[in-house]
Amino acid sequence: MLLLLPQVLVTVVFFFYPAGQAIWQSLFISDPFGLKSQFVGLGNFEYLLADRFYRASFATTAIFSGLTTVVSMGVALYLAVLADRLIKGSGVYRTLLIWPYAVAPAVAGVLWLFMFNGRVGIVTWYLGLMGYDWNHVLNDGEAMGLVVVASSWGRISYNFLFFLAGLQAIPKSVIEAAAIDGAQFWTRFRTIIFPLLSPVTFFLLVVNIVYAFFETFGVIHTITSGGPQQATTILVYKVFSDGFVGQDLGSSAAQSVILLVIVGALTIVQFKFIERRVHY
Amino acid sequence: MATLKLDGLKKSFGDTKVIHGIDIDIAEGEFIVIVGPSGCGKSTLLRMVAGLETVTSGEIQINGVRVNDLEPMDRNIAMVFQNYALYPHMNVFDNMAYGLKIAKTPKPEIAERVQTAAKLLQLEDFLQRRPRELSGGQRQRVAMGRAIVRRPAVFLFDEPLSNLDAKLRVQMRLEIRELQRSLGVTALYVTHDQVEAMTLADRMIVMNDGVADQIGAPLDVYKNPATTFVAGFIGSPATNFFGTDEVTVNRNKALMSAFSDAERAVLEKPATMIGVRPEHLQVCEPHDAYLTLSVNYSEALGAETLIHGKLPMGTAITIRQNGHLPLPEGGQELGAVWSENSVMVFDQNGKRV
Ligand SMILES: Nc1ncnc2c1ncn2[C@@H]1O[C@H](COP(=O)(O)OP(=O)(O)O)[C@@H](O)[C@H]1O
Ligand SMILES: [Mg+2]
Repeated sequence: MLLLLPQVLVTVVFFFYPAGQAIWQSLFISDPFGLKSQFVGLGNFEYLLADRFYRASFATTAIFSGLTTVVSMGVALYLAVLADRLIKGSGVYRTLLIWPYAVAPAVAGVLWLFMFNGRVGIVTWYLGLMGYDWNHVLNDGEAMGLVVVASSWGRISYNFLFFLAGLQAIPKSVIEAAAIDGAQFWTRFRTIIFPLLSPVTFFLLVVNIVYAFFETFGVIHTITSGGPQQATTILVYKVFSDGFVGQDLGSSAAQSVILLVIVGALTIVQFKFIERRVHY
Repeated sequence: MATLKLDGLKKSFGDTKVIHGIDIDIAEGEFIVIVGPSGCGKSTLLRMVAGLETVTSGEIQINGVRVNDLEPMDRNIAMVFQNYALYPHMNVFDNMAYGLKIAKTPKPEIAERVQTAAKLLQLEDFLQRRPRELSGGQRQRVAMGRAIVRRPAVFLFDEPLSNLDAKLRVQMRLEIRELQRSLGVTALYVTHDQVEAMTLADRMIVMNDGVADQIGAPLDVYKNPATTFVAGFIGSPATNFFGTDEVTVNRNKALMSAFSDAERAVLEKPATMIGVRPEHLQVCEPHDAYLTLSVNYSEALGAETLIHGKLPMGTAITIRQNGHLPLPEGGQELGAVWSENSVMVFDQNGKRV
């Protein structure tokens, strides 16, 4: 019991206490100066769910996390398959692919921002040469594209490592047996390799969605600050902008509670699936 | 059914030479066993035939056609792997049907061929199971089934029984042999187990460090081993080797009577070795003996007894005798003779004289 105490304390201090606070606060409206607050029951939630911007933020989140997950996992899987074919103890290729992961997402955000900057960005310049006028400060789609790419970028190495480990865990003889059975590379990938990777893929899917939901804050804040308008305001960013910038603590707390529910649901889904899928 | 020809086949990994040139002509329906200790290049040789390793030099022909540059799938071969290499996410039926599906065989024919193979291998009740729900022996059968349904020209086996327990190994050995006979498919079978090689092979290739020391029918190889390596590897317990200096009593009779002129010519040279199988030595009266040994210990196995001892100069020696003969004790001095025409002489390079 005594040994468990530190862990229990940490959980209480860093999870239950803030969660409790959030739930408590979500039941009140406070005035802009935070001097007094008024109990409104579920009023904050009703207001939120009726709010056009909040619902739009749901869609934005879905699009953003969907794209980020697909891009980062797709690129990582492609690289892992290439690397898996090459690997014979050469660590260079692997090391090269790990370093973007080490670049903190916010730094990555700044880098990408810089490359796409309207006046000095090298990519913008090239696009300009090719006759394309890039401006993510005004264009919704371009802004979304940029944050998706910047967020995916930092995840590729992480996903790559898991995919590569998954690929290396597939016995070589199974692939060879398929080759003898007449399967060309793409058929082998589709019918043998990808199905055998499915536990890894599923794990990464959940991890990446959670990442896209919660840890892309830095990237979005540096590149677009949620704009133009609210085109890149994902749910987490809205908690921040409504709470800290807009000073609407009640609404912000209610949004946190909704996020909490979503994470819970994702976790349950993950465990349910892992029970069923991991061993084929 | 097909003929298979290996012509000067060599393989190097980088600078490491692994196969130093193998030549063999394999007839239709022949069962060839490649036998040798671990690491001697058996799998590499087999994998070259399968098309899973490139050929460094030399030629592989199936039915007279050079296949060096063909993909595995185009060589009309099937392979059974040591770890079975079943597709873990597919059931038994799909495992066996995989190759046929890729070859776009019509569905009814796939079903029929898989059913036939399943019946032959007693797998009918397991067609819907995944590999992990099967025992080792059943997995082994599925791997066989996957090879059979494709009706290949050549079967390749890489130590297919080494993951099974001893009893099952004996049973599957018989089944593989019967299956191969009844299907009449040419087979190339790799094992490190000389008993498996002796019982399965029409001819065997005894491999020693990437060299085929001897190619021949099992009994010929047993009776006339070409090198000390073959004599030591084939037959159990292994052949005894000793120098002429261990022959102390009745030396003239021992050395003169039993050997041919050619053998006598090298007999007194320094590195010459005499080889006698344990089953060709008999315990006898000391004054008739060619060899004297001091017994270390005896192993009574029931039907037979193995006597382990030392010759005067310290060479270890084993005698295999009938189980009903009296059991010598440790420390005892014994005399022994070899039966006629049973001694072999090997020159300083280990080659049979
Ligand atoms: N892909 C490879 N790269 C380098 N060396 C290899 C490779 N495959 C096998 N070898 C070497 O070739 C030799 C023969 O291996 P192998 O054919 O597997 O032997 P066996 O099957 O008789 O045990 C071994 O020394 C092994 O280390
Ligand atoms: Mg091997």
